[in-house]
Amino acid sequence: MEAPGSVGTEVPALALSDVSKRFGGVRALDAIRFDVAAGEVHCLAGENGCGKSTLIKVITGVHAPEPGARLEIFGTVRESMTPALARSLGIAVIWQDLALFPHMTVGENITFDEVVGLAPRPFRGRHLRRRAADVLDRLGASLDLDAPLHTLPIAQRQEVAIARALLGDARLIFMDEPTASLTQSETDGLLAVVRSLSAQGVAVVFVSHRLAEVLDIARRVTVLRDGKLVGVYPTEHMTQARLGELMTGQSLEGSVTARDRSHAAPMLEVNGLSRTGEFDDVSLAVRTGEIVALTGLIGAGRTELAHALIGMTRADRGGVRLDGDDVQPRSIRDAIDLGIAYVSEDRLSLGLIQPQSIADNTVISTLERIGAYGLISSRRKSALVERRLGELTVKLGSPEDAVSTLSGGNQQRVVLAKWLATEPKLLILDSPTVGVDVGARVGIFRIVRELAEAGLAILLITDEVTEALHNSDRILHMAGGRIVGEYAPAAVDAETLEAAIYGRADLAADPGVDSRAVPRVASGGGTRPGAASA
Amino acid sequence: MSTETDTSAAVGPLAAIKRALGPETVALLGFLALAVVVFGIASPRFLSAANFGSMAFQLPALGLLTLAMLAPILSGGLNLAIVYTANLSGLALAWTLLQFGGPDAGPFAFVLGSGFALAVGAAAGLVMGLVIAYVGAHPILVSLAMMIFLRGLGEFLTRGGDISGFPPMMRTLGHGELFTIPVPLLVFFGVAILWHVLLTRTRHGFSVYMVGSNIRAAEYSGLDTRRTLVLIYTLSGVLCAVAGIVMAARFNSVRVGHGEALLLVTVLACFLGGVDPFGGFGRVVPVVVALVILQVLSSGLNLLGANQHLATAVWGLFLIAVMAIRWSVGQWEERRRRREATQ
Repeated sequence: MEAPGSVGTEVPALALSDVSKRFGGVRALDAIRFDVAAGEVHCLAGENGCGKSTLIKVITGVHAPEPGARLEIFGTVRESMTPALARSLGIAVIWQDLALFPHMTVGENITFDEVVGLAPRPFRGRHLRRRAADVLDRLGASLDLDAPLHTLPIAQRQEVAIARALLGDARLIFMDEPTASLTQSETDGLLAVVRSLSAQGVAVVFVSHRLAEVLDIARRVTVLRDGKLVGVYPTEHMTQARLGELMTGQSLEGSVTARDRSHAAPMLEVNGLSRTGEFDDVSLAVRTGEIVALTGLIGAGRTELAHALIGMTRADRGGVRLDGDDVQPRSIRDAIDLGIAYVSEDRLSLGLIQPQSIADNTVISTLERIGAYGLISSRRKSALVERRLGELTVKLGSPEDAVSTLSGGNQQRVVLAKWLATEPKLLILDSPTVGVDVGARVGIFRIVRELAEAGLAILLITDEVTEALHNSDRILHMAGGRIVGEYAPAAVDAETLEAAIYGRADLAADPGVDSRAVPRVASGGGTRPGAASA
Repeated sequence: MSTETDTSAAVGPLAAIKRALGPETVALLGFLALAVVVFGIASPRFLSAANFGSMAFQLPALGLLTLAMLAPILSGGLNLAIVYTANLSGLALAWTLLQFGGPDAGPFAFVLGSGFALAVGAAAGLVMGLVIAYVGAHPILVSLAMMIFLRGLGEFLTRGGDISGFPPMMRTLGHGELFTIPVPLLVFFGVAILWHVLLTRTRHGFSVYMVGSNIRAAEYSGLDTRRTLVLIYTLSGVLCAVAGIVMAARFNSVRVGHGEALLLVTVLACFLGGVDPFGGFGRVVPVVVALVILQVLSSGLNLLGANQHLATAVWGLFLIAVMAIRWSVGQWEERRRRREATQ
């Protein structure tokens, strides 16, 4: 797992001390110490806004630190850094968006820095081509050098980005949230690449939200909080809960909160619902006051099922009953009127209208409630906004500010406020904690639990096994468009559940197994599973 | 003028006015005052009643067309067919009047003709709205196609000539005054107030802004985005028809090519009034102020003896200057925010 005997015996890749950075009145970094041994896999952890990105930008010369900082890079103390110097020293950053060129080929992307200069040269030479192929070999990746980049799945684009860094003789690579859009098996592949880089003496600094893989891959973890260094810890004997606590400064010890609601009346009953190519013969029930988690791989048909429940699409067969009545919503408006609310997985582009105000986003689904004489009453509007946001303790400056000025956690609270204003009977939450800080997630789930206590039926779609385990009353496992398992949170552990969910993905190529649960392959939103194979 | 209410408490009437109008409008009003003073000094005739009268008669046609352009822009689109929708609607009115005897046509014929004109405008808008909302075609292409269709149809029906011979009533609408205020100006201000209320205080107006910012998120929030689009283009067409009636009365004739040059000016007046070219943001009040500024520039230069084409050139320069000033103000405010944050 680690490069043998690297710590302490060789020149460290990085040794920084007293690094501070101010932006206006904000102390983005406060006397940070940070060191990385040669060939080490190191993790930089912390919540959004804790200073991780700023630290990377100081190291790569994008931002100049405040006077007094000491930057020792590959054994040499540097007075100042520039992006060009950082690159020539072998420091590379792979940002989350990869910064590649979708319409150029794999080879052109890998050799980009060589080809582009004052006088651009075409990517033709056999020499450059061989170097690109060599670098891919080093990664153990088999990619077609002439394939246009945009035809590749995101995991392979990442390999291209890594190859591009290695071609420039990178000795220290920062990876910013590299696994955010990968499936479990793709993540395993990436971790294998990182290990092999480490074995070749390339240090890798991993920035990730996913605590499980942080503990899996890194030898040491540096934790930042609010621009300050919390500490540097070996990952041995470190638990996810402890790491979460260090990052947020609050206790996050999750526990099973499941309650038995089997005596309650069913609010949602789905009977044999099918839609060709999306989901097949799905039957499930959510009772009043119950939180049912629907977990599974991306592409298992969970979001598609939700879309059919809210009238975005029509099911081919089967029926839906809500509160005892047969329902068939024909539009989202219909679903709202019936009492179904859907919190989309894509908060940035579907959940909220980012440039518009917090107030407008809160009332958008309940305009009929703030009318007077056919016009919108500004008094009723601000009363509704105040009440709904107050209930969920959204921290904000003015309700007239753009909703994009809020943090992820507060934005998600605005989404919840908007939907609660419709006074729903059934709340469908689709991956409600994507892009929400670890600390803020606890707050979101506390709200969800309170809503269930108040009698709402909740269907929680989530990828994260522990999230399902700690916050639901019942767990359903969906794969290949079908419900394939049901678990009681109190009677199952995370490992069993993970094996059940992710184990199937690794067998997906096996013809004996239903292979419709294809992993996410492209970034363009094309996450629909393939046509029915059986 | 503004019926906007703010949630925070007002500090003095001046601050309340300033907040209601927005900093954009205050800056535009300041420039308007400056322009009036400069032209007033440069030409004694500028501040005369005759000049104000002539400006008041020229403004409404451009103003109504600009409001017809404003709403589709707010919804994230554009309506390039406004001028020809207006003239085709005017043609509908003219045809009705001629059927009832031309100069001898009575009030009934005028009411009927106006109704016909509004129906023609609404129909043109409705068709565009339906195609944009349900086919998903780009508003520029759809309205461009409609513009070419209407122009061709108009040229065919009129054989490219003028239709005239209206009853005296039309003169009253085009040139009359009510309480010393020109009738076309009254029509324009009435429509502007209605438009302002529609956009800021109704559910439909709210939907227009939301659809203009992010149509898919608006749909996911339960808004009927298609109905919103169909309705806003239909209303835009109706407003074009009002403009067409006013233009017919003003010129005392209808010709398909009337006001062709106004199309792009309406777009620029919207942007001068601070409307976001990508939709979702913009208000009626600053757009009206922007229109008055354009009219003052054009009339003032005219009085100074400048060529009409030079006035057009000055409009263009002025808009470029406004963009540059907006950019610098944005930079300056950014710097000030950072400075305040450091303290």
